[in-house]
Amino acid sequence: MRDFADLYRRLDVSARTHDKVEALTRYFKVAPPADAAWAVHFLLGRRPRLGVRRPDLRAWAARAAAIPDWLYDECATAVGDTAETVNLIVPPGDGAEDRGLAWWVEERLMPLAGATPADQRAIMLEAWGRLPPGERFVWNKLVTGAFRVGVSRGLLVRGVAEALAVPQSRVEERLMGDWKPTPALLEQLATDDAAADPSSPRPFFLASPLEESPESLGPRSDWQAEWKWDGIRCQVVRRGGRAHVWTRGEELVTDRFPEVAGLLDRLPEGTIIDGEIVARRAGSILPFHDLQRRIGRSMVPRKLLREVPVAVIAYDMLEHAGADIREINLRERRALLERVLGPLLGDHLMISPLLDGEWNEIAGLRASAAEHRAEGVMLKRLSSPYRAGRVRGDWWKWKVDPRVIDAVLVMSRRGSGRRAGLFTDHTFAVWKGDELVPVASAYSGLDDKEMRELDGIIRASGLEEFGPVRTVRPEHVFELAFEGIGRSPRHRSGVALRFPRISRWRRDKPPAEADRLETLEAMIAQAPPAPRLETTGELFPGWPGV
Amino acid sequence: MGDLLRVTADGLYCEAGDFFIDPWRPVDRAVITHGHSDHARTGSRHYLAAADGLPVLRSRLGKDAPLEGVAYGQAVVHNGVTISLHPAGHILGSSQVRVEHKGDVWVASGDYKDGADPTCVPFEPVRCRVFITESTFGLPIYRWTTAGNLREEILVWWRACASQGRVAVLLGYSLGKAQRLLAMVGNDGPGPIVEHGAVAGMTAAYREAGVALPTTRPAGDGPPPEGWEGCLVLAPPSAQGSPWIRKFGDASVAFASGWMQVRGSRRRQGADRGFVVSDHADWPGLLASIDATGAERVLVTHGQVSVLSRFLSEKGLQAGPLATRWTGEADDAPAADSP
Repeated sequence: MRDFADLYRRLDVSARTHDKVEALTRYFKVAPPADAAWAVHFLLGRRPRLGVRRPDLRAWAARAAAIPDWLYDECATAVGDTAETVNLIVPPGDGAEDRGLAWWVEERLMPLAGATPADQRAIMLEAWGRLPPGERFVWNKLVTGAFRVGVSRGLLVRGVAEALAVPQSRVEERLMGDWKPTPALLEQLATDDAAADPSSPRPFFLASPLEESPESLGPRSDWQAEWKWDGIRCQVVRRGGRAHVWTRGEELVTDRFPEVAGLLDRLPEGTIIDGEIVARRAGSILPFHDLQRRIGRSMVPRKLLREVPVAVIAYDMLEHAGADIREINLRERRALLERVLGPLLGDHLMISPLLDGEWNEIAGLRASAAEHRAEGVMLKRLSSPYRAGRVRGDWWKWKVDPRVIDAVLVMSRRGSGRRAGLFTDHTFAVWKGDELVPVASAYSGLDDKEMRELDGIIRASGLEEFGPVRTVRPEHVFELAFEGIGRSPRHRSGVALRFPRISRWRRDKPPAEADRLETLEAMIAQAPPAPRLETTGELFPGWPGV
Repeated sequence: MGDLLRVTADGLYCEAGDFFIDPWRPVDRAVITHGHSDHARTGSRHYLAAADGLPVLRSRLGKDAPLEGVAYGQAVVHNGVTISLHPAGHILGSSQVRVEHKGDVWVASGDYKDGADPTCVPFEPVRCRVFITESTFGLPIYRWTTAGNLREEILVWWRACASQGRVAVLLGYSLGKAQRLLAMVGNDGPGPIVEHGAVAGMTAAYREAGVALPTTRPAGDGPPPEGWEGCLVLAPPSAQGSPWIRKFGDASVAFASGWMQVRGSRRRQGADRGFVVSDHADWPGLLASIDATGAERVLVTHGQVSVLSRFLSEKGLQAGPLATRWTGEADDAPAADSP
């Protein structure tokens, strides 16, 4: 475990790509195959579900450190992370015997799942007593399911590819789809064998945000325009006699969408489609909020299937008749897509329509995207191949400008992780008569300097403290940008914003000049109906494609 | 028994003796625990401080400041109150102030640490009835490693930088922290040690007071003949991200502070490395030091005031907060963390 903890530390301390790749390469060159497989598994963000309860961890750690529970809580608040808190307060282990990552994972970590709390406690105390601090931190991170380190998939692929002396594209391809962290993994990653797993998807091509005007892209005739759908990005892989639906988070979700799975089984063998899953009923696309009810449900009740049926909106084809067609240009891929899908189109399968008109007309359509349940417009170069990952130049997402309001900071909560101990999660309010009513929580949007400055102000001017939450004198006005607005019975204001984030600190504005609730209500009146909007400030973990 | 020391608008005041300890406004008589700017402020008419710290205080308060030095342990009687200064182990010349009047003994500790530091006289517990303690790192998550480990970590990093042809820039508070780091690495590094002007001024004051420190060269003199590569540069935290630091080219920037114990702080700081080095007592150090005073009552200032007060109360001591304006070394802490 020492080498893996050392790798973790190196990845954690350096912000330089070069250092990270070097650390990865060095690790994968020497790691025993069984350890290396688990390292790939965890570094890609796969997390075991172990069922170790936080309150239990807290109790065991507080006892081991001989401190009262309230003091543990104070520590946890200052640190912002359970794994690290435990590591810092429990007396360090002896580190006498160095066992490999695979041993710890297979013999100790996995047995935590399904064990009684007493057995879990015994394993945890053993690990805390044996592992020195660096390794224990990583162990705790694995146990709490919070194992994350600053290494992207791309960097991991580079590191592994360099260590194995094989092309990155090969490692990237082998890592798509379903694989297990067995000692044979590294060998599989190095093998040039496409038949490794018939259900594997291909790396997704990701669009970059368009910041210039579309005229900067050149002649309109070189580009294909479509809606940017507000759903779940997916690949449908029809190989080996049936279809497999993968999300961008590389989760296999075929069984969650039975209404499309059967239909997609009818695709010709050897087909891969790129598209978006949306909720669609009676020919109309439903708000993302409705689709959310389907996310995460593997057993879909019949009632929900009726209320929120889904459809796949296809927009690209990567494999046709068993051949990889990613190098063929978009114009031809689109023609193939239309031909292959034509006979199957219907309620649950459509092709993303092309948008016509000159750039100025496209700009006009973009402004109306919300009416089409779209987030904006996609612009794709007709001559482009289907690339892997976020490569700038050929695919642009041109999202609708967010709407903004000015709101007053009224309450803050301490953050966690990188924001540990800092007041970074803020609640904002607008005026209803002469009262301020909360409408949104937001934490992103400030730079580090502003974040610290605001934290200092909150510490100095906080009114009351309830655990990690502090009410703040209503003196600071912020501009919040958001994507959607709707009514919400759960908020006292009756209004909720979707994806609110801080766009500017309005130091120039006194609180009295912040927006009034009536202004927000007028925005709802203009917005397309989006009933029961409940999300405020939360993204959807595990669904990075949305 | 009435309180021998209490907080007024001007500072921590001893009414019986009519003097202040580390006042935050100009007063007639000020006893100064040490030279950090939240404790030693200009404008008072008479200052009393440990003789060891006079060169440092002069560089902070002005060379003509009305300063009087007294040896550790030597008693001064003023208006019938006996005042003596005792080593606090925080930085050179740092003191705890013992105040005795009619048989009652109070000790105001200023900032202190109980760990090893070759640049100052070690902390000495002083028996008292009431102890005023700081609480900067008053949480069980703060436990410092040994001086030996720390020295090794820093040298390993410096050597790695040198072998990659990089400059090792170590950021630490210019008074106290920087000199302690200097003494710690000594002459065992792979290259010359270079100082930022703010650090050099304090190092000079340390040398004037007789503290042995390795050879250094001012950054303002330009690179040594072999170039900046392989040098260790000592600079204050404010140098981070400044144009000044860019002149060293490819540098690994490390930050030396107790706050580096927590990963979130390390990451926020944005340095390449964080070394956990503090001139304040860690959690076990605070508890052991408080215990060694034998105090029945403990007043807790700057830092984790409510946590430490509660913990001590639960242990049966009479403990509570004392609202001072001391903050700890402000630019040592990542701004947001300073209590």
